[in-house]
Amino acid sequence: MDAKPIYSSEKIVLNQHQYNKEQRFLLFKRILSNRLMMFGSIILILLTMVAFLAPIIATQDPLAINATARLQAPSSEHYFGTDNLGRDLFSRVIYGTQASMVVGISVALISGFFGMVIGLYSAYNRYLDHMLMRICDGLMAFPAILLAIAIMAALGPKTVNVIAALSFVMIPTVARVIRSAALVVKEQTYIEALKSQGASGIRIIWVHIAPNTISQLIIQLTYVFAISIIIEASLSFLGVGIPAPDPSWGNIIYEGKAVIYNAWWMTVFPGMFIILAVLALNLFGDGLRDLLDPHSKK
Amino acid sequence: MEPLLKLNQLKTIFSTEKGMVTAVDDVSFEVYAGEMVGLVGESGCGKSVTSESILQLLNEKTTNYEGEILYKGMNLLSLSEEQMREIRGNEISMIFQDPMSSLNPVYTIGNQIAEAIMIHQKVGKKEANLRAIEMLRLTGIPSPEKRVHEYPHELSGGMRQRVMIALALSCKPQLLIADEPTTALDVTIQSQILELIQELREELDMGVILITHDLGVVAEVCTRVIVMYLGQIIEEADVKTLFKSPLHPYTKGLLKSIPHLDGDRTQKLNVIKGVVPSLQDVPSGCRFAPRCDFATEQCRENPPELLELVNGQKVRCWNYEHILREAKDHAVTTSENK
Repeated sequence: MDAKPIYSSEKIVLNQHQYNKEQRFLLFKRILSNRLMMFGSIILILLTMVAFLAPIIATQDPLAINATARLQAPSSEHYFGTDNLGRDLFSRVIYGTQASMVVGISVALISGFFGMVIGLYSAYNRYLDHMLMRICDGLMAFPAILLAIAIMAALGPKTVNVIAALSFVMIPTVARVIRSAALVVKEQTYIEALKSQGASGIRIIWVHIAPNTISQLIIQLTYVFAISIIIEASLSFLGVGIPAPDPSWGNIIYEGKAVIYNAWWMTVFPGMFIILAVLALNLFGDGLRDLLDPHSKK
Repeated sequence: MEPLLKLNQLKTIFSTEKGMVTAVDDVSFEVYAGEMVGLVGESGCGKSVTSESILQLLNEKTTNYEGEILYKGMNLLSLSEEQMREIRGNEISMIFQDPMSSLNPVYTIGNQIAEAIMIHQKVGKKEANLRAIEMLRLTGIPSPEKRVHEYPHELSGGMRQRVMIALALSCKPQLLIADEPTTALDVTIQSQILELIQELREELDMGVILITHDLGVVAEVCTRVIVMYLGQIIEEADVKTLFKSPLHPYTKGLLKSIPHLDGDRTQKLNVIKGVVPSLQDVPSGCRFAPRCDFATEQCRENPPELLELVNGQKVRCWNYEHILREAKDHAVTTSENK
């Protein structure tokens, strides 16, 4: 028998390494075992790929009008049929995916950034808190779509404006979530300990409070992503979103509305994509919350 | 010798919704370099507020300070926030009660110690990391060069408290305030941590203020003891004097309420009757009078001053002479009986 001591420090370090590996494996297993989250993630990945590869996947130019092939039913040539101007619906929906994803991601990033700044500062400073939170209350009093429509009416229909309007509408929600998360972190002893070590306020906010609110931010942003896809579709449907002739799921449905009894495909296909995207995002967000929030662990 | 820290009639006043509350009232004491001073008292007697006042960690909008906090002859209360930040961690450092929540969970312990070093000293990341390892070694953490890469949740409570100590001492402060550093730890770890603080005090020649409600701990490690009650100092003496001949009835009560290993188990433990009154309705006379066995008319009407005796012991009591005499009589009668 080998008479080596079992608890040599080398061995312990090895075990530590093993332990870390096991932990990572367990986390991976937990993700895999969450079927709904896996389903959501796969759809999200597919949609993102579709958005990136739109020029390759699309069979035809989404803007090419063909007067002889108007309102054709789905066929092997036009997978989703054609619209009232004879444009290939499949290509239009694919490019619409690109538009929706771009809007969704941009809004999530922009509102995430500003929401974080506002939330953190209002959690840290009482006077700023009063001011910023009353403004947020005021903005949240308006229904999100109504506020977005008002902003779009002022700015004019343009993709950039859609992103700006939606970000503006979403900032208060994100700021509130970050603020409440930061308020909890702020009361932790380690923040007082940091003060006692001479750390400045700015350092405490950005280096120590912010990373502790990231998990809540990410979860919130998946919902912001989903909601902004819906609102973008609604705006486009109402004609104040992404301007025609550029395709978006919303404005395709809007154009299909007039011919809904003759050409069901014009509303059903983009509608399906909207449902799929929002469902996937919500499933993904729920799964993420279960993973990141220790209180909801089963 | 000039004291390292000298509190001069410090008052800490909170403005609350119910009005002004004086949490620390006329507290004066000195701490010399290389000395460990115990600050004891029940919960809510102002021990922690006193220590947080020294570093001005309390909410600046609702807190008012009066008096002087002289650190090496410089009044900390007159410093700007910027200058105060230079003092915190660098000159005066603090260890907190709960090691479980005193470290940021998202950074490795090495990062946190290195950060504290880099706040005060112009050193690079590499140098700071090496110093962090050095500090961890100093506090007796085994294989520190591996431990620096661990997160707080990977360490036990005792280890985390060692990390906290390493963090507090990383800039070699002159004064360490240890706010109940061992309360959250079990007894064996407790004595290790106290020993560690004791060793480091000697090695670095720091002054230490040890805040605790455990008189056993005080007897073991402190040279001088300050007893607080309801925001005031009621007795101050060197350790031997305090444990041998306490003068204030409250100190006597505290000492009597310690269970003894060889004591009579059938007898109930001594308790000080009543509870600490709220700071909102402080008794008009002696603050301890409502709970005191010796209280007289004078006690209930006039607040006593903190008197200094010939042997350096200080006491805030009208009747300490009477109590002293009684104790002596008691000692005489018991020796006669033997």
